[in-house]
Amino acid sequence: MTAPARTTAPALDPLDVAKTKSVKDLKYSSPLIGGRLDPSGKYVFVSAQDNTLQRWDLATGKNVPYSGHSSWVRTLAFEPRSKTLFSGSYAGEIFAWPVEADRPQPRIKLDAHRGWVRAVAVSPDGKTLASCGNDHRVCLWSLPDLKPVREFTGHLCHVYNLTFTPDGTHLVSADLKGIVKDWEVSTGKLVRDLDASILYKYDKGFMADIGGVRSMAFSADASLLACGGITDVTNAFAGVGKPLIVLFDWKTGKQKLLLRPKNAFQGTIWGVAFHPSGWILGAGGGAGGMLWFWKPGEAQSSVELKLPTNARDLDLAPEGKRLAIPFADGMTRIYEIPTK
Amino acid sequence: METCRYACLSGEHSLSRRGFLGGMAAGVASLAGLATPALGKQLEKDQKHVLMIYLSGGVSQLETWDPKPGTPTGGPFRAISTSVPGIQICELLPHTARQMHHLALVRGLNTAENEHGRGSYIMHTGRRQEPAMKYPHLGSVMSKVLGAEHTGLPGYVHISPGGGGGFNKQDAAFLGPRYASVTLGNGKPPENLLRPQGMTDQAEHDRNDLQDRVNQRFARSRRTAETEAYTHSFEQAKQMMARKHLFEVEREPTRIQERYGKHDFGRHCLLARRLIESGATFVKVSHSNYDTHYENFEYHIEQLGEFDQTFATLLDDLHQRGLLKHTLVTVVSEFGRTPTINRNYGRDHWSKAWSIALAGAGIKGGTAVGKTNATGTAVTDREVNGGHVFHTYFRALGLSSTRNFYIDERPIPMADPKAAPITEVLA
Repeated sequence: MTAPARTTAPALDPLDVAKTKSVKDLKYSSPLIGGRLDPSGKYVFVSAQDNTLQRWDLATGKNVPYSGHSSWVRTLAFEPRSKTLFSGSYAGEIFAWPVEADRPQPRIKLDAHRGWVRAVAVSPDGKTLASCGNDHRVCLWSLPDLKPVREFTGHLCHVYNLTFTPDGTHLVSADLKGIVKDWEVSTGKLVRDLDASILYKYDKGFMADIGGVRSMAFSADASLLACGGITDVTNAFAGVGKPLIVLFDWKTGKQKLLLRPKNAFQGTIWGVAFHPSGWILGAGGGAGGMLWFWKPGEAQSSVELKLPTNARDLDLAPEGKRLAIPFADGMTRIYEIPTK
Repeated sequence: METCRYACLSGEHSLSRRGFLGGMAAGVASLAGLATPALGKQLEKDQKHVLMIYLSGGVSQLETWDPKPGTPTGGPFRAISTSVPGIQICELLPHTARQMHHLALVRGLNTAENEHGRGSYIMHTGRRQEPAMKYPHLGSVMSKVLGAEHTGLPGYVHISPGGGGGFNKQDAAFLGPRYASVTLGNGKPPENLLRPQGMTDQAEHDRNDLQDRVNQRFARSRRTAETEAYTHSFEQAKQMMARKHLFEVEREPTRIQERYGKHDFGRHCLLARRLIESGATFVKVSHSNYDTHYENFEYHIEQLGEFDQTFATLLDDLHQRGLLKHTLVTVVSEFGRTPTINRNYGRDHWSKAWSIALAGAGIKGGTAVGKTNATGTAVTDREVNGGHVFHTYFRALGLSSTRNFYIDERPIPMADPKAAPITEVLA
């Protein structure tokens, strides 16, 4: 899932990332797919394989279900001013929900895409929502009414992810084949393509595509764009490949670093985030779960934290201290990163 | 993970004309005592054909014929209505849904075998593997009992994805190499099938004439099953040379090619239709790959995205050309996939409760037989196995399924005597 760009969080320095630990376990009955901490810090929202969203109150542990989608939801995004949550489902729906409600019902239901909605993102000014999906479309919708504004045409395969630049002037979308497109929001004009094709492979033995940009985030100063996924795939049907984050210098559009785990691991980077201090976090799954920490400027992870099972996503709270990871076993685990 | 055999891409299995002929002559089993004439009389006047669509690796029944949306095992896809009220299939098959009136779904299959090779054996032979006996593939059986000699084509053609190709005498088991399969890698005719450039028609004729005379002289004194198979195969190669145009699917109108899809599977199914239209007895088209231990849903979008429109077009095309009523169509895999979704969004091997689809000759379209429980983990009604499916094939083609082959006067039932036809799907 796409992580929202962080613009206001204070730096935590020095961090003691090696002592990152789970501080709260929130158990749900169905495996989870995606998750986001709400901007107020009060809740974590996760999506599950029973088509529901679940809102957990981080202080009380109280759970409120959000029901109504007719398929799985991978992507969540907030518009903090109106306290609205947007969710995109594999049935092509985008729903707008109240963040705070005892019995939440969708404010708006939009048939947005043909096939899966892969990602949604709210612009920094809160005036638009962007979405992308398996119909190869990247769409911009007005807020709060979700009326179509424009489409960004150019992807030739499933569009897996998107995010706004922190200043909101550009929209960046990325697809199955690792093509990253930089769009000018005001005109819809394609500015350039960035190459993350290292995250894609056509497996000739299996006769299928594998990979794609599974996670995406901007650094707060917009100097870096991170795209996570899987690379060096040797067996597509078993997902035998290595996690990788492609780090772009956003100004030049060139790859700056390829971030790899220090120790061998088989799987995919399902969530990526920039810590305000400069650390880059990645969470993944495959042969188990893992949370990696990369120091700024280093290609090999410095710290690795073994997770109980496959991580399906990652979100870092604005203050940079807490992070939320939804898991394949139905657990949402809240972790804290201590300072030294 | 259990081992899995995929389309062989190795050069050693590349089929040359010499290899084709040599293979046909080698390793023949005894044909003595086979009761062929009586079987032939069972056939209706019109030639029957069989088309097997083999979804390699094990297609998910939940993403095809037996969806369970809204359950813990259902996955993200929805069920859609079909041309037959009351029968729903997965939303990944919208084109196929419109052809449901031609299809019969068997939703209660329990083959109890989760290993690729052994599962494939069951679905190709209708039997479980036995140490002391190898049974022939359905294609070999049909090549024999439906009579392929007059077609000028191999009785059992396998159109496989990828390159390579080859002659697979083991598929015919005790029926002998005359009934073996010929694999057309990526739908291409056997390499070197055509006569060498520069050889004139007269030279070709003289060469064949000499060969015939030598064969006849040899056969008068030392006629064996091997020599018969060799002579048959050479004759077949000559006939295939004369019909090389069959492999040129680009001869089809662009509109037809586009309907089938311009990807490999589309091209292969179009070739299958051309072969059947030209009299081929048994054609198998493999589509690869469905062994989705990882990202089951992504892969089924991709693979079934190819399968759906092509298969629906194939059914409709066969119907429009009047071929469907003479052609038994079966869509099978070696097994299904686990209802439980693993931590990598994958589904693993599952043979306890899965589905196949049938259409065409002798099949009652618009039916669904057998049920599984709410989560698809077990068959709850009309459980059948590979043996039942084979009995059904025979009966659909107007053949008795209780007859025997004979090896040295030893009777070998053509279909597993412990099973019986699935009569509910028979027309």
